[in-house]
Amino acid sequence: MEQYLGLFVRAIFIDNMALTFFLGMCTFLAVSKKVEAALGLGVAVVVVLGITVPVNNLIYTYLLADGALAWAGLPEVDLSFLGLISYIGVIAALVQILEMVLDKYIPALYNALGVFLPLITVNCAIMGASLFMVERDYNLAESTVFGIGSGIGWALAITALAGIREKLKYSDVPAGLQGLGITFITVGLMSLGFQSFGGIDL
Amino acid sequence: MSLRNILDNMEPHFHKGGKWESWYALYEAVDTIFYRPNSVTKTTAHVRDGVDLKRIMITVWLCTFPAMFYGMYNVGWQANTIMAQMGVTEIGNWRDLFIGSFDANSLWDCFWHGALYFLPVYAVTFIVGGFWEVLFAMKRGHEVNEGFFVTSILFALICPPTVPLWQVALGISFGVVIAKEIFGGTGKNFLNPALAGRAFLFFAYPASMSGDAVWTAVDGYTGATALSVAASEGMAALTSQLSWFDAFFGHMQGSMGEVSTLAILIGGAVLLMTGIASWRIVAGVMVGMVATSMLFNAVGSDDNLMFAMPWYWHLVLGGFAFGMMFMATDPVSSSMTNAGKWWFGALIGFMVVMVRVVNPAFPEGMMLAILFANLFAPLIDHFVVQSNIKRRLARV
Repeated sequence: MEQYLGLFVRAIFIDNMALTFFLGMCTFLAVSKKVEAALGLGVAVVVVLGITVPVNNLIYTYLLADGALAWAGLPEVDLSFLGLISYIGVIAALVQILEMVLDKYIPALYNALGVFLPLITVNCAIMGASLFMVERDYNLAESTVFGIGSGIGWALAITALAGIREKLKYSDVPAGLQGLGITFITVGLMSLGFQSFGGIDL
Repeated sequence: MSLRNILDNMEPHFHKGGKWESWYALYEAVDTIFYRPNSVTKTTAHVRDGVDLKRIMITVWLCTFPAMFYGMYNVGWQANTIMAQMGVTEIGNWRDLFIGSFDANSLWDCFWHGALYFLPVYAVTFIVGGFWEVLFAMKRGHEVNEGFFVTSILFALICPPTVPLWQVALGISFGVVIAKEIFGGTGKNFLNPALAGRAFLFFAYPASMSGDAVWTAVDGYTGATALSVAASEGMAALTSQLSWFDAFFGHMQGSMGEVSTLAILIGGAVLLMTGIASWRIVAGVMVGMVATSMLFNAVGSDDNLMFAMPWYWHLVLGGFAFGMMFMATDPVSSSMTNAGKWWFGALIGFMVVMVRVVNPAFPEGMMLAILFANLFAPLIDHFVVQSNIKRRLARV
């Protein structure tokens, strides 16, 4: 239990997807103008990560890994070169399904998320989490915890950035830096603040 | 000819079309140091108060003086004591020219020795940072802001005594330019500029900003700070070499201005009484720190010695008191709403104990805790405002 708690905290704060690995930057920078939108996107990312990472884990362990097809009588087959395409396929399919489910059963949330939901497909934090899962040899339970944790970490970072950017509306940024330029600098300064967790070993 | 006349004679040259037009910011800065500005608000519905930005900033600046003077004395006292122990009679650099004797019992000897370490750091901070301030003010057509008095003194006070001067210049440049001026100057940044500069140095040059060798101004002497002693050898080892009252008065090593909790509290009390520092933030930091450290005390740990440190030690060690009074209460980078200030403070208190206890990479966590809370301050405000709106809508 303690191991999972450690992994969870680690995924949220220490290995923060956005501010330590700088993954998912495109949506991170683009959809962080308003706190409400950022929060909605954050929740969607948590859901998608919480599902795709364990699903990709199952696919990897039972289909793709070296010798994973032993149960089908093919122990010498190594399909791990199909990893990237399988993971992104799973992510795209899951986002589509999630979109349809939300549309059908929770239309309010579906409308609130709008275009951000399909955008999650191309969020590299999602893909990154699946690749980290393979690289670090997580089992099914670990990858669930890791998926949800890194989703929460990313959501936390984008919400904080949105809060700062709402405040920065009153700033007087030089013309050349307005818009994305100052946002990049803001993110850099944010990751300086997130360094307080760097070095913690859980 | 009085000073006022001299300034008035010069003034037309600084206005639009004058020969020194682009230097107006500098003229204005000098003028308002000596005289009250003539411009007054002409519209109606204006709150009249004696306090303006200039007075606030100068008050904060003055409130750091007890900590600054004690810090100078302490740097010298530490150095003189160690030099006597090592049998060294000279420093071996330019400072020897100015110092006659290194008597650890003499108040003046200690103070002067420390001043020769603090004053160059402060001078470099002021000149380099002031250069950026004036440059940006000139380019923007703004006035030079008194906020830099505070940033510069705070930055100088949180440097270790042995910090190389070129790093001081680099750190204050980063703090003023990247953390403040590119956002539009005073009041428009989201991180405390002094802390951002210090954190930049901390991560860029860890060898001269942390470790055991930088806290005493004597070459070749290494002495761990109280926090790293507590982290590596435990509370018993710490209390055997340092009593709580010594730590409270500031008889220990550390960054130049952060050692004496007593001196900081004197300055802090003035800030709280004048209402410049928010008591809610200070109370929030205390509550967060006490609650978190008591939680760690209660949980306990076999291999992590910092779990056992009680809250009254957390209070007097490291930069806690300094950060609580002067850094956390920065009105720009902290939360603005009253309820938000409590949460903001509590987050700092929680994070500082977390970093000190749980993170083995950094023995001290006040700087990082405040920077971390700065990131979330606008978000805290946002949620406080939203909940107020919701509550009042329900009443309609």
